[in-house]
Amino acid sequence: MELVNEILQTVLSGISIGCVYGLVALGFVLIFKATEVINFAQGELLMLGAFISYSLITMLNFPYWTALLVTVIFMGFFGTLLERTVLRSLVGEPVYAIVIVTIGISFFLRSVVSMVPGWGTDTYGFQTPFTEKFVRTGELVVSWEYLAIVLITTALILVLFAFFRFTRVGTAMRATSQNQLAAVYMGISVTRVFSLTWTIAAALGGIGGILLSPITFVHMNMGFIGLKAFPAAVLGGFGSLPGAIVGGLIIGITESLAGFYLPEGWKDIAAWIILIGVLVIRPQGLFGIQEKKKV
Amino acid sequence: MKTDYNEDIRLFKYRSTFFWYLALVIGCLILPLLLDEYLISQLTFICMYAVAAVGLMLLTGYTGQISIGHAAFFAIGSYTSAILTAKGVPFILALPAAGILAGFVGVIIGRPILHLTGLYLAIATMGFAFIVDEILVRWESLTQGNMGFYVDPPSIGPFIIDTELRYYYLTLVVLILTLFAARNILRSPTGRAMIAIRDSEVAAEAMGINLAKFKTIAFAVSAFFAGVAGSLYAHKLFFINPESYTILLSIELLAMIIIGGLGSLHGAVFGAVFFIFLPQVIIMTKDYMPVYIQNQTGLEPALFGLLIVLVMLFEPMGIYGRWLKTKFYFEMFPLYKKDSFKREKKYQKAERH
Repeated sequence: MELVNEILQTVLSGISIGCVYGLVALGFVLIFKATEVINFAQGELLMLGAFISYSLITMLNFPYWTALLVTVIFMGFFGTLLERTVLRSLVGEPVYAIVIVTIGISFFLRSVVSMVPGWGTDTYGFQTPFTEKFVRTGELVVSWEYLAIVLITTALILVLFAFFRFTRVGTAMRATSQNQLAAVYMGISVTRVFSLTWTIAAALGGIGGILLSPITFVHMNMGFIGLKAFPAAVLGGFGSLPGAIVGGLIIGITESLAGFYLPEGWKDIAAWIILIGVLVIRPQGLFGIQEKKKV
Repeated sequence: MKTDYNEDIRLFKYRSTFFWYLALVIGCLILPLLLDEYLISQLTFICMYAVAAVGLMLLTGYTGQISIGHAAFFAIGSYTSAILTAKGVPFILALPAAGILAGFVGVIIGRPILHLTGLYLAIATMGFAFIVDEILVRWESLTQGNMGFYVDPPSIGPFIIDTELRYYYLTLVVLILTLFAARNILRSPTGRAMIAIRDSEVAAEAMGINLAKFKTIAFAVSAFFAGVAGSLYAHKLFFINPESYTILLSIELLAMIIIGGLGSLHGAVFGAVFFIFLPQVIIMTKDYMPVYIQNQTGLEPALFGLLIVLVMLFEPMGIYGRWLKTKFYFEMFPLYKKDSFKREKKYQKAERH
């Protein structure tokens, strides 16, 4: 019984980390589907979100939920701004050039955060309504911090699903990701779709940042979690939104179990080994669709 | 007028080109005599990174296969060379051995993952780099893990390469040999097969090119050069530990060739110059900034990131692209139009539904 509990606990903490990976991976996939660009700055957007919510909560004494809302709005705005000022002028340029630009942005954001007064290179934490609260069922003790991540992510996924399924804008975004030319013919403004994609991706990054901060704390290098979300997105097949979440969960659970049961050092590479294994057998990821470009 | 196909693949396009390159080499030989030790060591780093960048350029710029895992080959080269010289093998043998082992590992991991395309390949190579990094940390009996590994200055016979100047000449010679080899590979049938694969895999296959074979060759050659560069790196720093070979190095190498200009050997060298000299320039301009900003440790990476963004915004084809445009401007004077190089901005049509 104890062993079962232990495994359950480990899996649960894996699921909650996996949800954050999934959120970051969603950001990757959204931008990739719309613009074919891999956004290397997605992890840094998460970090920025975490720092902003930290400032709101500890410096300006905002309640947690208000801070969450303000951060999401701010990050959405930041994403739009980024798209308008930098990325829009690159539409139609080679994709790799744009990828390098996102790498430049990630360097820039990480260093700028370290230069802002009150942020710097230290590690911070903040109080949330879930701190130090636990749910007990029998032998099983689950921290509310972990549960909150799972619940908020689930809610978010439902909202996103509804958005893409039932709204006109969501449909326009799906159409653009399938065929930009046809979308233009149908009267969809592709540039506006791009802009909106960056807004949503940045906002998702912001939420991921808030959710992750109680677990890893807030520091300038927390954006490197983006490197873990990468295999998550690929595992799911880079073009699939549910795939990103499933991929995140698989990576999170594997990591958690490997960290607990395997010798030191396996935790960081278990996810990669699984990823390479999956890719060797299924080159397009678990949920991906084999792309065949016409010649 | 061309009368022979061989004219298309000559090593130097015109006789004058040869003399210009000769002048460049002589310039590189004389240059360090005018500089102080610190700047010479920066030139050494340029040559070293340029070797790795040429390797990655063959894979990414000419064969079209993206790798975000070249830090792994760099690391394998470094450790091979460090361990071999520590065991008494002369440097002159350890240097190629480092490249060969890296190339061999490239073949082994290349075979199963090279049927992946684009993004998936990039991620698989990235995973490979993480795994190699972890092995270097954990295999302490061989690599001494995080403690790091001390490396002796290299010697060729009785001649010990222990000054900055001598080391610069060593790396310069290796870089020239690398460029010469790369240029020759590119004009051979193998190189032309690689370029054909980049331009269209389907068309290349239809022409009878064995995709798996040539992709693996490209991967191996690319890993070989990265390994050689890694060996040079180890003997330059005298101390290596796994922290020097993180994902950031892989990303830097990739950024180097893209900023330099994909699909040209010039671009690889330009990219290395950009990446080594830009931080120096930033340090020099530091004196003119407000005191508060001056003392921030984040200043250099921030400006570096900003400049990368600006360079790509200004010139998406990279530094070599700008060079071509400038050359074209003078050749065509006064007929050059602003739109001569303008790409047709087209909407992408992804074939996924």
